[in-house]
Amino acid sequence: MGEKVLMKGNEAVAEAAIRAGCRLYFAYPITPQSELIEYMAKMMPKVDGTFVQAESELAAINMVYGAAGCGKRVMTSSSSPGISLKQEGISYIAGANLPAVIVNVQRGGPGLGDIQPAQGDYFQATKGGGHGDYRVITLAPSSVQEFADMASLAFDLADKYRNPVYILSDGLLGQMMEPVEFKDAKTEKDFEELDKQHFAWCMHSNQDEPNHHHHEINSLEIDPKVLEKHVEKLGEKYNEIEKNEKRWEEYNINEENQMVCVSFGTASRVVKSAIDTLQEAGISVGLIRPITVWPYPSEAIQKALNDKVKKVMVFELNLGQMVEDVKIAVNGKLPVEFFGKVGGIVFTPEEVQEKIKENL
Amino acid sequence: MEVIATRPKSLTNVPFTYCPGCLHGVAHRLIAEAMDELDMRNNMMGVAPVGCSVFAYEFFDCDMAEAAHGRAPAVATGMKRARPDMHVFTYQGDGDLAAIGTAEIIHAANRGENISVFFINNAIYGMTGGQMAPTTLPGMKTTTSPYGRDENDIGYPIRMCELIDTLVSPYFIERVSLLSPQDINKAKRAVKKAMQYNKEDRGFTFIEFISTCPTNWGVDPLKARDWAKENMLPFFKVGNFRDKANAGGE
Repeated sequence: MGEKVLMKGNEAVAEAAIRAGCRLYFAYPITPQSELIEYMAKMMPKVDGTFVQAESELAAINMVYGAAGCGKRVMTSSSSPGISLKQEGISYIAGANLPAVIVNVQRGGPGLGDIQPAQGDYFQATKGGGHGDYRVITLAPSSVQEFADMASLAFDLADKYRNPVYILSDGLLGQMMEPVEFKDAKTEKDFEELDKQHFAWCMHSNQDEPNHHHHEINSLEIDPKVLEKHVEKLGEKYNEIEKNEKRWEEYNINEENQMVCVSFGTASRVVKSAIDTLQEAGISVGLIRPITVWPYPSEAIQKALNDKVKKVMVFELNLGQMVEDVKIAVNGKLPVEFFGKVGGIVFTPEEVQEKIKENL
Repeated sequence: MEVIATRPKSLTNVPFTYCPGCLHGVAHRLIAEAMDELDMRNNMMGVAPVGCSVFAYEFFDCDMAEAAHGRAPAVATGMKRARPDMHVFTYQGDGDLAAIGTAEIIHAANRGENISVFFINNAIYGMTGGQMAPTTLPGMKTTTSPYGRDENDIGYPIRMCELIDTLVSPYFIERVSLLSPQDINKAKRAVKKAMQYNKEDRGFTFIEFISTCPTNWGVDPLKARDWAKENMLPFFKVGNFRDKANAGGE
């Protein structure tokens, strides 16, 4: 660990990814993630890494597919409309069991929307996004520090499960400057270990005799019986991820809570401010902040519902996409209310306080 | 008994899935022979397309990736950038390369990626059942141009070698034919040259094969060959467009 530096989220996650061993990055420019691609353009040559500005997000994610097939740590990034274009490739990456990290610096949508922070890609990230049965591990940071820390976590999870991992941030986290402290960069020895872990399945040079099994990176199984087994195996992997990788933060959760709020990412920061102010006024409200939005930490919400809690409130920068997951967790035991802002507008702590008070 | 002809080492013993009279097998063999002769098999990675040759990853005996439709040059870019010590090729049909994958092929060529692209042009979509391709000739009937391709409505066929030849970066561009034994011998020389340049990381190499589709053209293989000679070769002229190894080739 080094000293703290003041950095934009977009730059911090790029620096952290390089330290985590990412030496291949392919992307296409889009606001509000441009500092990320620019940081990679500047820094990758200095670490003998590869930076390619692709002709499109489609091409970029397919470059990721090719590099991931070689067992290397590889990343791409974009913002909402560009992430939509990557969905084809993400489905193939998931189908072929490849590790890859995809950063989404979300902006307002749908369509071109605007370039302000939003959380409208929650469904896309957590419920599939592309075609077929697959899941993407989705990490939702709420500070520049956490955004940076998630780079190495995302690569570790991608490698562990051979699965794509999203870091689902937004325009505010990407553009905002905060102090950040970085982990030590990977050493030569670390890289050797990283290369070893994927050697059994990835593409590389072979010294085999003809007709010895070669390595195939593929999601095509034309025989339904074979595809059935393949997809069932993916399902088992997703079950394993649900069992092991749920992450969340509990904020002011205690026996006195009259309400439990659920909020992620940028939105959760505003909710925390509101909770602090209300606490000073003697109103006890707790917050569950999902850090993984898939797998979803339902149990954390269930556990927080003590006897005094009368209501659950969801705060998001969208039309209420996470409400469904919260309702599944609450399972009809309490009313679930929602307050959100869209169009790239972030609610204020005062607005959140008001909404909480209205619902007590 | 002396063995004088055998399967190239760079092809597996998996039986081809191609129709009788299809020339994919010939193109596969030429590429595999070049891989053998240049001793590239152990360090080769290939990318299969979507189309009739979708199972090419089972036929070439080296590590292979199956790409989404048209994306092979992008996938190959990722592979070559991840493993610059390895050699990379793509194998693509006309729908894959010249329609849905136009952006990927143009930009891989323009970056001068150190890969070889083998492009099979038979003027039709084979696997999906004979639809119009970007290289379907004017007047040619397909299941999606049942009255013949109307060039005033849907445009003329795209000549990919000529298009790529407008770019500065590519190292080697040649159109060859698979329509006669002599043509196949010439094609072999071009393929081997492209592979040699690939081995030496000289830059982007592109070979277009003029081929046939007896099944979807609805004719027997010999008639298909004759039709292609009469109709495809005048529009898609064979020959070398660029070889930067030759003086004045640029």
